[in-house]
Amino acid sequence: MRYLPLTDSDRAAMLDKIGANSIDDLFVDVPAVARLDGPIRDLPMHASEMAVERHMRTRANANLAAGDAPFFLGAGAYRHHVPASVDAVIQRGEFLTAYTPYQPEIAQGTLQMLFEFQTQVARLYGCAVANASLYDGSTACWEAVAMAGRVTRRSRAVLSGALHPHYAQVVKTMAQFTGGTIADAMPAIQAEPDNAGLIERIDDETSCVVVQYPDILGRIPDLAELAEAAHAKGALLIAVNTEPVALGAIKSPGELGADIVVGEGQAIGVGLQFGGPYLGLFAVRNPKHVRQMPGRLCGETVDAEGKRGFVLTLSTREQHIRREKATSNICTNSGLCALAFSVHMTLLGEKGMRELAAENHRLACYAADRLAQVPGVTLLNTAFFNEFTLRLDGKSARDVVEGLAETGMLAGVPLDRLYPDVEALSDGLLVAVTETTTEADIEALAGALEGALS
Amino acid sequence: MSAPNKSGWKPEMQPASDGLHTGPATVTGNRALMLEEPLLFEIGHAETTGVDLPEIDAAAAAAATSRFGGFARTEPIGLVGLTEPDTVRHYTRLSRQNYGIDLGLFPLGSCTMKHNPRLNEKVARFPGFADVHPLAPSQTVQGALQVIYELGDWLKTLTGMPGIAMSPKAGAHGELCGILAIRAAHEARGDARQTVLVPESAHGTNPATAAFAGYGVEDIPATPEGRVDLAALKARLGPDVAAVMITNPNTCGLFENEFREIADAVHAIGGYVYCDGANFNAIVGRVRPGDLGVDAMHINLHKTFSTPHGGGGPGSGPVVFSEALQDFAPLPVVRKLHDGGYELVEEEQREHRGLSFGRMTAFHGQMGMFTRALTYMLSHGADGLKQVAEDAVLNANYVLRSLEDLLHAPFAESGPCMHEALFGDKDFGNDLSTLDLAKALIDEGYHPMTVYFPLVVHGAMLVEPTETESKASLDQFIAAFRSVAERALAGDETMKQAPYYAPRRRLDETQAARKPKLAWQSPEQ
Repeated sequence: MRYLPLTDSDRAAMLDKIGANSIDDLFVDVPAVARLDGPIRDLPMHASEMAVERHMRTRANANLAAGDAPFFLGAGAYRHHVPASVDAVIQRGEFLTAYTPYQPEIAQGTLQMLFEFQTQVARLYGCAVANASLYDGSTACWEAVAMAGRVTRRSRAVLSGALHPHYAQVVKTMAQFTGGTIADAMPAIQAEPDNAGLIERIDDETSCVVVQYPDILGRIPDLAELAEAAHAKGALLIAVNTEPVALGAIKSPGELGADIVVGEGQAIGVGLQFGGPYLGLFAVRNPKHVRQMPGRLCGETVDAEGKRGFVLTLSTREQHIRREKATSNICTNSGLCALAFSVHMTLLGEKGMRELAAENHRLACYAADRLAQVPGVTLLNTAFFNEFTLRLDGKSARDVVEGLAETGMLAGVPLDRLYPDVEALSDGLLVAVTETTTEADIEALAGALEGALS
Repeated sequence: MSAPNKSGWKPEMQPASDGLHTGPATVTGNRALMLEEPLLFEIGHAETTGVDLPEIDAAAAAAATSRFGGFARTEPIGLVGLTEPDTVRHYTRLSRQNYGIDLGLFPLGSCTMKHNPRLNEKVARFPGFADVHPLAPSQTVQGALQVIYELGDWLKTLTGMPGIAMSPKAGAHGELCGILAIRAAHEARGDARQTVLVPESAHGTNPATAAFAGYGVEDIPATPEGRVDLAALKARLGPDVAAVMITNPNTCGLFENEFREIADAVHAIGGYVYCDGANFNAIVGRVRPGDLGVDAMHINLHKTFSTPHGGGGPGSGPVVFSEALQDFAPLPVVRKLHDGGYELVEEEQREHRGLSFGRMTAFHGQMGMFTRALTYMLSHGADGLKQVAEDAVLNANYVLRSLEDLLHAPFAESGPCMHEALFGDKDFGNDLSTLDLAKALIDEGYHPMTVYFPLVVHGAMLVEPTETESKASLDQFIAAFRSVAERALAGDETMKQAPYYAPRRRLDETQAARKPKLAWQSPEQ
């Protein structure tokens, strides 16, 4: 067995040292009812590296990779080019095979990286402090709702209808058990986000208003107006961002008055990976809220010789110290994905981030106009970043997408996939365009839609 | 005794000086391969980038009127960039200030730092896994769905449990999943309960999870042997108890030999048994928790099944369920169809008889961890996984029996340990602490064991060598551990300033917490 260094003579010598006759003597505390007489049945025996690779390759080859097709999917997971050096860095064993930095003297690499990551995220979000990451955007969203409850001592969260439905479902699932009430809604399929409708639902019991920016239909809501309305009722504004590249082109949520900004960081450095592992980003605008934040925080300090160094800090919020009184039960974060994000952000820098965002938007504008020329297709959005909603004139977008998949085209996310069986949304198609999209891809989609709708 | 290092180094080669400053100061602060690295924000520039974007298509450029609805960014973000060579150098230098399992034994008890096979990394990067969108049409992701299904099948078979939830993102998320299913099951029969019982030796996540799910949390006492006190537990059980959460093998490194009796007693009062599967690596392939009466258990794929920890994640925490709980599991689930294909079911009314408690995360779980874990399982097979458990337990017992004459081993007489050996700081001289011993171990080239956990042992030191260490590696570690233990017992005051040779000396955690500096600010600000 190539991963197990002990030899049989080692094992014999060690059993001798221990004073045991056989390995079974070491499992003597296992009750008889649970003892097995050999390897577990119904599973294969060990296999060579070559055989395993071959097996897994057949599974991989049964999927259509985004890079092998004209590709337009988004809805919370975006395909961007990840520079080769990102993967080279995260595969360094000292990063890949380190644990949580519990011993800071020999974990300065991870800790300094996290400090830089927190700074990058805080700046991108227009906030004072970001944490060292959470599992993903959807769980970060729930953690923000829970935190708003702690800060305001209220328990009614108002969700925008245009919040990603998976995020809304996570929040509602958790709230069933924590006693909070969640006011949610369906998205209004119209050109502009329904801010007025959202503001109407804020009352004196509201802990927070949760709004996605850009929203699930790709529209860009006026966060400043929502912040003002939320603050007037003593509630916090939580802004949720699922496409961080957008913030290279549009104002940051913090700048517009959001109190807690959370999001999915996957688009930068991490890749699609069929949905995980992803990267939960979490930041607060007001530094006074830091002690109510969930998750790990890395802070600067000095060592015994006065040299600058970094440690995990404010851990009195966390489960390993506070146990049942912790701000969250979270232990693991998404460290390696945070590293990938941070390396990619370092490669981009201010200049690269702004240019990347501008290029995404230019291509998206071009695609929106081109696709809107297809008979039977209308563009819903007036404003968007790199993703917009098309309406297919009453035709089922799911049928169209599934039909085009048969021809090797990944045409976008039908709203029916996110909101099954909602008649009013069934002809909606979400189309995302990034720097990886070519003019030829857009032309191919236009042609394919024309064929499918005629 | 022979030198504990076969590199050519011999004990008489100790430096003649105090061992700290054997040469002149350097102007850079560097010491040969020990390189100081500034913060990114001190070396990067706003106008520097390491990414060249492709030339934009002419037609697209022509359409360049921005449609941001009045929200175009007008202020700088405040980022800095580096070119590729400087980026690679920055992070390579940082990496060298980290300890990882690739560098040496990493005996962090209960965290399970075993070797991460590189085939797993290669497989996870196949474009058919890495470059696939979670919402792609089902007919284009059949292989990905099959991997989720097959991994679920392996986990169910290895645990002897019929139900599974694959979506939880990490161990603590899996715990929450299990406890929420328990709560949903009680509520479904109109039997609201208030209390979850947790042993004192439990991971901090257990009480935090139970409290998060709305339960009151009470401690279960332990016997002097380091196991759950069955009589005390039985005395506490009643109609208000929803569940007990028990780690098995427990965090004292012992198998709960009365687990079946515990489970029977809990079931008798209508409660459920949650097993924290963090230590499943000690019994994988040898014991099926389903045979012990477990109702729900999370499995840390990043522990037992070798997916990388990456400086604190990502994790992955699938949960297996008994028949009584399986319908309450969260969605989505992958279902095998009669035609041999696979389907992702995301809608409640179509699965679990409509009883599912909901959704725990966007999309379907940690696919990148699933591919790695399944690769690991296929490599080992049923026979290899059994050997994994046996070697992990053998290594831990070897460490226990090689140190117990020197260090206080509170449960050494409680039977063999499983995958980890537990020691206490009894009889350390001159007020030396477990922390001092840990820092001295850093100077010997090791990552310390888990310290001050579990809470039931004073100055606890929890050592988990794992099965991927050779006997030679263990022998060197034992020699180093004995040396620092002897110094601690003798009251060697120099240990209070250890580590001496790490990239940093002891860091001031009090200052970090009192005046938190959590983001870089330019000195001008």
